Formats: sequence, C-alpha cells, structure tokens
Amino acid sequence: MNALLALWTGLVYLFLYLPIGVIVLFSFSQGRVLALPIRGWTLDWYRQALSDDRLRSGLLTSLEVAAAATGLALVLGSLGAFALQRYTIPGRPALRTLVVLPIILPGILTGVAMLSGFAALDIPLGLTTVIAGHVTIGLPVVLNTVAARVARLPQSLEEAAADLGATPWQTFWQVVFPNLRSALTAGGLLAFTLSFDEIIVTLFLTGEDNTLPMEIWARLRFGMTPAINATVSLILGFSLALALISQRLALTQPLKD
Amino acid sequence: MLGKRGSRPAGRTWGFWGTFLPPFLWLSGFYLVPLGVLLSYAFLRHEYVTILPEFTWDNFHQIAQGVGYRHTLLRTVGVASLVTLIDLILAFPAAYCLAFQAGRFKGLLSLLILLPLWSSYLVRVFAWRIILGTNGILNSLLVTLGVLEQPSPWFLYNLFSMTVTLCYVWLPFMVLPLVTALERLPRRLLEAAADLGAAPWQGFRQVTLPLVLPGLLAGCLSVFSLTLGDYITPTLIGGSGDILVGNLVASQFGVAANWPLGSAFAVLMLGLLFTLMVFLARRGVLENL
Repeated sequence: MNALLALWTGLVYLFLYLPIGVIVLFSFSQGRVLALPIRGWTLDWYRQALSDDRLRSGLLTSLEVAAAATGLALVLGSLGAFALQRYTIPGRPALRTLVVLPIILPGILTGVAMLSGFAALDIPLGLTTVIAGHVTIGLPVVLNTVAARVARLPQSLEEAAADLGATPWQTFWQVVFPNLRSALTAGGLLAFTLSFDEIIVTLFLTGEDNTLPMEIWARLRFGMTPAINATVSLILGFSLALALISQRLALTQPLKD
Repeated sequence: MLGKRGSRPAGRTWGFWGTFLPPFLWLSGFYLVPLGVLLSYAFLRHEYVTILPEFTWDNFHQIAQGVGYRHTLLRTVGVASLVTLIDLILAFPAAYCLAFQAGRFKGLLSLLILLPLWSSYLVRVFAWRIILGTNGILNSLLVTLGVLEQPSPWFLYNLFSMTVTLCYVWLPFMVLPLVTALERLPRRLLEAAADLGAAPWQGFRQVTLPLVLPGLLAGCLSVFSLTLGDYITPTLIGGSGDILVGNLVASQFGVAANWPLGSAFAVLMLGLLFTLMVFLARRGVLENL
C-alpha cells in the first residue's frame, strides 16, 4: 500500500516536472524549431537571452511590479488579518468571504472588472494599473496566511507585554512581529510568485510597458524560440537556488510553531 | 480557525478602524465596485462601439439564442469539472504521502510542488505543444516503442490536449490545500481509531476524510474556478472549435469590443461560482483557501 502510494506520488512529480525538463532540454538545442530530433547542443540561446534588451527589460519590469505589489499586499493583507481576527465584528463570515473573493473568482473576472472600473473613471492603463491588479490578488493571499497565524497566536502575549508597560508600537515589533515572520514570508513569497508570472489579469490592465509574461505572450504568437526557454531556465535555476538556500536556513533555524 | 477567544468587540476604536479600513477600502475601490460596474454592463444596450445607458435583457437573449455560445458554456463546465476530478485523483495520494510519509523530505517535496509556479505559466503551457506535437516527445516515444507506425497529429489542438494541460497547470492549487489539511489532522485521532479496531479503510473514511473535507473542497473550488476562467490555455493548446467561456469574455472585451455581451458571460460565470460558494461556505471551505 505504501509502495503504491510512493509510486503514485513519483508519477505525479514526473507529470509536474516533465514540461519543465522539456523547457530546459530545448534551451540547449541547436535548432530553432522546438521539436524532435535534437540535432546538436549549444549555449547560444543563453547568450542571446542575456543580450536581449526586451527580455531583460521585461524581467526588470516584472521584478519591479512584483516587488511593489507584494509590499502593498503585505501591509494591507496583514492589517486585514488583524482586523478580522482580533475584533468581533457583526457579519464577520460574510466579510471574510468578500475579502477572499479575488482568489476564489477567476482572474479573468478581476481583469475585466478592473478594466471596466478604470474605463469608467477614465484612468489610463499602465504599470500602475497592473500593480493595482496584482495587489488585489496578493492581498487575500497574504491575509489568509497571516490570519491563520494570528488565530494561533495567544492574545495573552500581547496583553502581558502591555501589562509590563510596552507601548502598542513596542508590543507589535517585539512580540507580535517575530511570531508572524514565517507567515509573512510565506504569504509574501506566494504573492510575489503570483505577481511575477501573472498574465490573465495583466493582459487587460497593461499599457505600453511589458512585463516578462507579456513579452513572452507577444512572442508566442510568432512562434517561440529557444531564447525564451533559456530565459525561463535561468529564472527557474535562480529561484531553485533561492528556494534551496531558504530551505537550508529554515532547517538550521527551526521556526517556533 | 476564527478564534473567538479573547477577541475584542469592534467599538469605535482606533485599533479596529486603523486595521480594517485600509484593506477594506482597497478591495472596495479596486475590486467590489469595479465588479458592480462590470455586472451593470451586462444589462446595458450595445450599439456599434458605444454602450447606451438603457436597461435591456438583450445580451442574455443573444447568449440563449446562440447555439455556439450554449455549447461553449456547456463545454466549459464539463472541462472544468473533469479537470477538477482528475486533479483531485492525482493530488490526494500525493498529498497524503507528503503529509505522512515524506519524513524529513517533506519541506523539500512541498517546495517542489510550488516551484513550477516560478517558471513561466505561458512557457509551461507551451511545453505541452513540444510534448504532444507531431514531432513531439510522445510521438517519438510511441513510434520508437512500435505502438504507432507514424507520428500522429491526434494528440494536439483538441479537447484532450487542453484537458491535460489544464490539469497540469492547476495541479499545485489542488495539492497545497490538501497537504495543509492533512498536516492539521490530529495524529492521535487516527491512532485512537486504529486502537479501537477500525480497519485502515474505515479510519480513512470515517476519520480522515471528514476532517480534510474542507481543505479538499477548497482545492476543488480553486481548480474549478481557475479552469473556468482560463482563456490562455485554450488559445495555445486547444483546437479552434474548443474555446472556453473565458475566450468569449476576453474577445468581447478585446477585439470584438462588445463589453455588454462580455459582461453577460461574466455574470453567468459569477452566478455559477456564487451558487457553488453558497453550498461550500456551510462546510467551512472558504477559510481553507
């Protein structure tokens, strides 16, 4: 039974990583056409990807958008988590549902709704509207993660700090924040990830500056080249390294939970 | 999840309004009100490229009378249900293995579920063209194995390739809530069930399953909803006749420039999801997203 379970899990991972393997494989392929057989191996696509200005500026734009969106989502989401978790409000379940709507309802609805809203107010589309869209998706993600943590954080800690003469500000930074760090990291990471790769909402809200997914989308219509594979492989390698390092840190410094 | 213990009544305190207002105003201004604007378009008349402020059911009549529209709506619900079911079957054993048997590799393996999301969604979808195409990986494999004599174009640009790809891209959103739900399961309860003579299957059905149901349904809702609104995968991988309702919305808000008709489709999508949510909210699913 256990062996069967492990086998099934192995197959699921194979399914998850087969396309990734294919992407990486073809980033080293000599031919321009992304099909078998592979005639030879090359690093040219990496050279091309690194010297491609539009891919690079797309990447930078994506990083900027994701950083801005994640920052705002972290602040707003944490505030919301406290409001909904620490106070008794009439209609809290309904509010809770309203708040997570942007991640329950499909992105296309967020996209066309925000497009309609901006159009009604004659707000021009651009990176600002894209960031607004990404914050709207990231906020509920952060809120959910932080709320789950706040719920398990005994309020007596805060009360004890207050009794011992700490100001609310001190209580927050010295008592509450250290306990929330892992939840904030997890929520922020997820919000960043979602923003960095977002295309479904972005397509409706974007102006002239392309994020990386938008740049890739524009190129896909003329057929994909291995240079895109190389870019994606580089990003993947970089995030894998980051993930492994953070995993390593998390293992050596066990989080209090 | 919602700890009632020690929560304060929200009076007119600074603490409450200071934490509540910023996120609430953001979501109202950027999401709820725009959603209202969107819904209102569905009941407005469209003429050439302008929207007339005149109440009408025309957009819904147009959908009801269009055979193609009706088929697309049915196809969307069918594909979304199928993708949800397949992902659940794929994800549950894997999540179970991760939660209970992965030991010290649990962290790493959970990370590996999330990692594909860090590469590009578009490129991962495109990778399936390379796998399923006529000169693709699957065809070369089948020809080498002697199953097929010649590469076949059957695997790409149809409902099959679209379903496989949709299952693939949304699978992590099924695995993660399941792992969380299984991890929260009190082990002692399972041991108690076993001690009291429950067969493994009984323990699973009567203890594990009811306790993870909210997380399981949360995963299902996510995958269903993500599939329902996807218009990129059908464009890249589906056949020309296999579009989903997301494609109709996207084209009405894009090239076709008929926002009222596009909104009417959006209203139908919303109606379906709200109905599902009403059923699922009672089971505490929404706190598990």
